[in-house]
Amino acid sequence: MKIVREALAGTLESSDLMVRIAPRDAGLEIVLQSEVIHQFGAQIEAVARETLEKLGIDAAQVIIEDKGALDCVIRARLQTVVRRAADEWTADWSVLA
Amino acid sequence: MTNSTTRRFADSLREQALEPFSGVAARIAHVATAETRHERKLCKNLEDAIRASGLKDGMTISFHHGFREGDKTINMVVAKLAEMGFRDLTLAPSSLLSCNTPLIEHIRAGVIRRIYTSGMRGKLAEAISHGLMDEPVHIHSHGGRVHLMDRGELQVDVAFLGVSTADAFGNANAVSGLSRCGSLGYAMVDAARAKTVVLLAETLVPYPNAPASIRQDQVDLVVQVDQIGDPTKISVGAVRMTSNPRELLISRFAADVIEHSGYFEDGFSLQTGSGASATAVTRFLETRMVKKGIKAGFALGGITGSIVDLHQKGLIAKLYDTQSFDAQAAESLRVNPGHYEISTNTYANPTSKGAFSDWVNVVILSALEIDLDFNVNVITGSDGVMRGASGGHSDVAAGANLPIVVAPLIRSRIPMVVEHVTTVVTPGETIGVLVTDHGIAVNPNRPDLAARLKEAGLPVFAIEELYQRSLALTGTPQPIKFLDKLVGVIRYRDGSVVDVVRQVPE
Repeated sequence: MKIVREALAGTLESSDLMVRIAPRDAGLEIVLQSEVIHQFGAQIEAVARETLEKLGIDAAQVIIEDKGALDCVIRARLQTVVRRAADEWTADWSVLA
Repeated sequence: MTNSTTRRFADSLREQALEPFSGVAARIAHVATAETRHERKLCKNLEDAIRASGLKDGMTISFHHGFREGDKTINMVVAKLAEMGFRDLTLAPSSLLSCNTPLIEHIRAGVIRRIYTSGMRGKLAEAISHGLMDEPVHIHSHGGRVHLMDRGELQVDVAFLGVSTADAFGNANAVSGLSRCGSLGYAMVDAARAKTVVLLAETLVPYPNAPASIRQDQVDLVVQVDQIGDPTKISVGAVRMTSNPRELLISRFAADVIEHSGYFEDGFSLQTGSGASATAVTRFLETRMVKKGIKAGFALGGITGSIVDLHQKGLIAKLYDTQSFDAQAAESLRVNPGHYEISTNTYANPTSKGAFSDWVNVVILSALEIDLDFNVNVITGSDGVMRGASGGHSDVAAGANLPIVVAPLIRSRIPMVVEHVTTVVTPGETIGVLVTDHGIAVNPNRPDLAARLKEAGLPVFAIEELYQRSLALTGTPQPIKFLDKLVGVIRYRDGSVVDVVRQVPE
């Protein structure tokens, strides 16, 4: 599965996040802004990397603007944005839970 | 009576430092004419008033924050003091809010050197948390502020008190005129204690102005100013009636707790804050009061429109108001004979000869954080930055039979129940119950209460269970870093230091 176009998911409401994704030649670049970055920055980035890995995405630029979303919300928004930006959807739903 | 000194005086009296009469105006100059008698306090403008007040560098000035986010007095006076070249002042308002951002430049310039306040918000609070001041800010409760004054630590040299109407002699209130904040509970304290009292009056009215929340015998100077505050911003941030289902759930739980607490009987007394959940509790209580035929004896506070509604429906006999939280409360204070204005000394000073806070049965309190020992933080955010106010929190918690803290278990991703609060404002031993959207926790020092609430079928948990539940949802937050420098000293209502706040890194 490959990121072939730019896409957007989520909102800037409290407890949500806005994710932008764009194609990149190689490697993951994650840019994180968060209202809770001091307390949860590392965990948000870890959840983002793990979710992208499970989706098989190894090259993309991901910009996250987090408004204090829980992990389950972060995963859901990332799955959505990848689905919107990918050439085809080949992810295995069973490993995404 | 002239030329009578020798006959009507004896030289031996001089040894007792007595002096002969030498004319009615010799020692009290203002009695000479009607004009000086009546208008001696009136100043042409703010600058004249400041000069006449005798203010000097290094002195202490005070203000009230009855207009909250709408206040225009503090920024106006401090800007004028800066313009006139004053330095090293101690600023001692009853509280500071987001509207006081312009003070940052005056602190930087050395006009203000020290601050005593109940709280602070916005950019000013952020700047201070990041080390703006050399000396830490002293954070006191509303009652504790009066205590600090009475024990001599906080001596106000000049109080600048904004009032909506005053007469030329200084009889003043904030229930008449244009910009009305209602109760002058904070200002009454300063009027009674400051060495010099300057009234900034929006409207000058003919003598005598009534009611006189601040009396002529307390006032030194009166100056007319354009606007003291914007009353529409008093209740900014304090929603009138929430439709948020989570807040409504918390409010319903809190009303359930009150109903089954053992304190819900005819003549009970209560205080609710201005927050959304607290306001909604009032609504839920109303139906329960009507159903059971229970009327409250009095409500204290912090009076909101929803409390006024219950008063006007005959469900609360008397309202004691140290701050009117909205226009409806301010208007009620003007028209309802059972709505009384009280100073914060009468409200909650632990060393006054009598504070209402000692007589409250049930109080609804807010929290930024509460810990496993029930200690409450209402001053620092989870990032360590100051963004709140001590207010009457610790005062009423100490006096009330049933202090209830209401708050959502998590705010966005931030857990509200924590192992140790960032900053202690109210000691946990004074908190009875925590009500969240995920359940209720009762302080282990109140087993009787826990038993009653469980018997009523309420979702009672150990606070540790609520803590674990919130961690499962949010994950474990990384501890925040602090530098060594002190930026805040949290004073308990008795003047002791209950905690300190340290600088946060950039």
